[in-house]
Amino acid sequence: MMANMQAQKHPMPVQPPSVRRNNFSEVALGYDAETAVSEAQRCLHCKNRPCVDGCPVGIDIPAFLADLAEGKFEEAYRVIAKSSSLPAVCGRVCPQERQCEKFCTRGKKGEPVAIGRLERFAADRHMEQGGEEPPPPERNGHRVAVVGSGPAGLACAGDLAKAGYDVTVFEALHLAGGVLVYGIPEFRLPKEIVRRETEGLKRLGVTFATDAVIGRALTVEELLRDGFEAVFLGTGAGLPRFMGIKGENANGVLSANEYLTRTNLMKAYETDSETPVWRAKRVAVVGGGNVAMDAARCALRLGAEHVYIVYRRGREELPARKEEVEHAEEEGVEFKFLANPVEILTKDGCVAGLKCTEMELGEPDASGRRSPREKPNSGFELAAECVIMALGTSPNPLIERTTAGLAVSPRGQIVADERGRTSMKGVYAGGDAVTGSATVILAMGAGKTAAKAIDEDLRGKDR
Amino acid sequence: MYEILRKESLNDWVTRMEIAAPLVARKALAGQFVILRADECGERIPLTIAGCDAETGGVEIIFQVVGGATMALNEKKVGERLADFAGPLGNPTEVEGLKKVAVVGGGVGCAIALPVARRLHALGCSVTSIVGFRTRALVILEEEFRSVSDRLYLTSDDGSYGERGNVCAPLTRLLEGGERFDEVITIGPLVMMKFVAQATKPYAVKTVASMNPLMIDGTGMCGCCRLTVGGEMKFACVDGPDFDAHLVDFDEAILRSKAYAPFESEARERHCNLYKGVR
Repeated sequence: MMANMQAQKHPMPVQPPSVRRNNFSEVALGYDAETAVSEAQRCLHCKNRPCVDGCPVGIDIPAFLADLAEGKFEEAYRVIAKSSSLPAVCGRVCPQERQCEKFCTRGKKGEPVAIGRLERFAADRHMEQGGEEPPPPERNGHRVAVVGSGPAGLACAGDLAKAGYDVTVFEALHLAGGVLVYGIPEFRLPKEIVRRETEGLKRLGVTFATDAVIGRALTVEELLRDGFEAVFLGTGAGLPRFMGIKGENANGVLSANEYLTRTNLMKAYETDSETPVWRAKRVAVVGGGNVAMDAARCALRLGAEHVYIVYRRGREELPARKEEVEHAEEEGVEFKFLANPVEILTKDGCVAGLKCTEMELGEPDASGRRSPREKPNSGFELAAECVIMALGTSPNPLIERTTAGLAVSPRGQIVADERGRTSMKGVYAGGDAVTGSATVILAMGAGKTAAKAIDEDLRGKDR
Repeated sequence: MYEILRKESLNDWVTRMEIAAPLVARKALAGQFVILRADECGERIPLTIAGCDAETGGVEIIFQVVGGATMALNEKKVGERLADFAGPLGNPTEVEGLKKVAVVGGGVGCAIALPVARRLHALGCSVTSIVGFRTRALVILEEEFRSVSDRLYLTSDDGSYGERGNVCAPLTRLLEGGERFDEVITIGPLVMMKFVAQATKPYAVKTVASMNPLMIDGTGMCGCCRLTVGGEMKFACVDGPDFDAHLVDFDEAILRSKAYAPFESEARERHCNLYKGVR
């Protein structure tokens, strides 16, 4: 079949910015079948398949695009599901422009194939049509504990369950999903999708134990003693970082984790939720990642009139997904680039504003981004009643402090080799707990890799 | 799970409940807390554990009805279940090596002070309990305190019961009289703990305050429970909840405790209206 040579991606239908900035419903509405087929036909099926190398979990992208192009939607889903545990999630939240789509040959002239949107289409279609479920796998009698139900834990649990393991996922919060439920907002990732993904794992035989704080109610050692032959630690990122500037403990200064948890997990935007959330006319969000964009866009939806993103580097350096930056801008988020907060101004113990200095960019640092430095004698004040810090996190000390023999890096991250094995026999780790704040797909990849290592190691024991 | 095994009123505002939570009961030590949700759409409420029985799996909580969430909790009857009950969270109160301790509790904070006094007593430590209330009608747990204390001092602000005044008076008297405590442990309203810290400072007696700031997850994720201790940012859920009372910035903690007050009254209003419809 001849490829569709249209240079641009089919645009994603979205809720208009003026409408969506007032609701928490999903922004991107998804392709219909006709659009999906036409978009999939843009794939050239080039020999070297660069897109696959760009995928952290190695999805056979050309194969699923070929199925979509022929209208074989369920087949396409099955190709994706072979490599990805959470296709409906990753189709929505992966930074495709830095992964698969970055290497797409079509991107050299025009836009790459919209791989992410098509992944989402295949996954959504499968969920809607209730495609046939594979029969539950035969149990092999081995028990594995997964600590944390975020993307790393879910991916690890899914792969192990498919291989016949008896998996229990322990989650400290009252709901499974980790960052997918407390962090990423409804308008970007509907919670119903996360629920369906966890339901799918339950059908595979995975048990979820919520309200279970490992490191407190049960230690890692106890899990091993209680008959779990392996433990995977996917405990995620930890304590929110603050800047250490004056005024940071004033009322109205929140970590993005707190703000997003109140909003997303506790559904503070719904009238029947008992959880209060900070509501302010002017909100300044400090940081430039996806979490910063999520917080800013939640603030708009919670009724703020002005929402600022304060970021110490420039637009080019924003670590957030491109689409999220565009959506935020369309919705009216105001960007203050090359600005660094030096003090939070307060009045009667509450936030009154943010004092910033201007920055300029110097040489690229270790991360490859140009490092900012202060412009002498520059500065401005930004009036705001709420400041949200979205600066990443430092590792959670709970497991480390209660697990003798678990090696951590000087920064407190769990040390694991490339297969996910930690310093303790039978204990594996992956995701943000090992790498520090990263992406859903990388965490998922780490969960899958560890599942493979666990499988190999436990099989080795059988022999 | 999380069935309510027992429920009783300690006074018109304070309720004691025992909840079936074997996983929590197995491990909980004095000073630790739980986070619970009464209902599916309820708020996550942190509550210090008032007692537990590893054999029956029961965990005791004592709470004061202060807002929508505790109101909803108080509506629950014996035999009903709570939606969630996670713990034990936080570090246990350090009791190792203590021989003579003053436990200073105030108001509903006495519910948290009691298990600490009980634990110390069980370990053979000499326990001086000083408990204060606003007025006679609010007095709780008097007999329980007496049974685990070598000495008990009871105060009320208005003098309607026990000694008139606040807990600092008997404490200061004891310190002035030359009493040497290994440690003073104080649990109660922030203002009271601030004054207890001020009272003990001149005598250089180690003083520990049990902090109960606002929090959501209780496992070191949200940062809502942060406070300043000795000029450093600390998180009550993973670093505490006990801190050196002489280093805690109580004024900041008092301000932060009221952070959501304007938004909470909205929620409470809503809750009351909800119940009006039912009744």
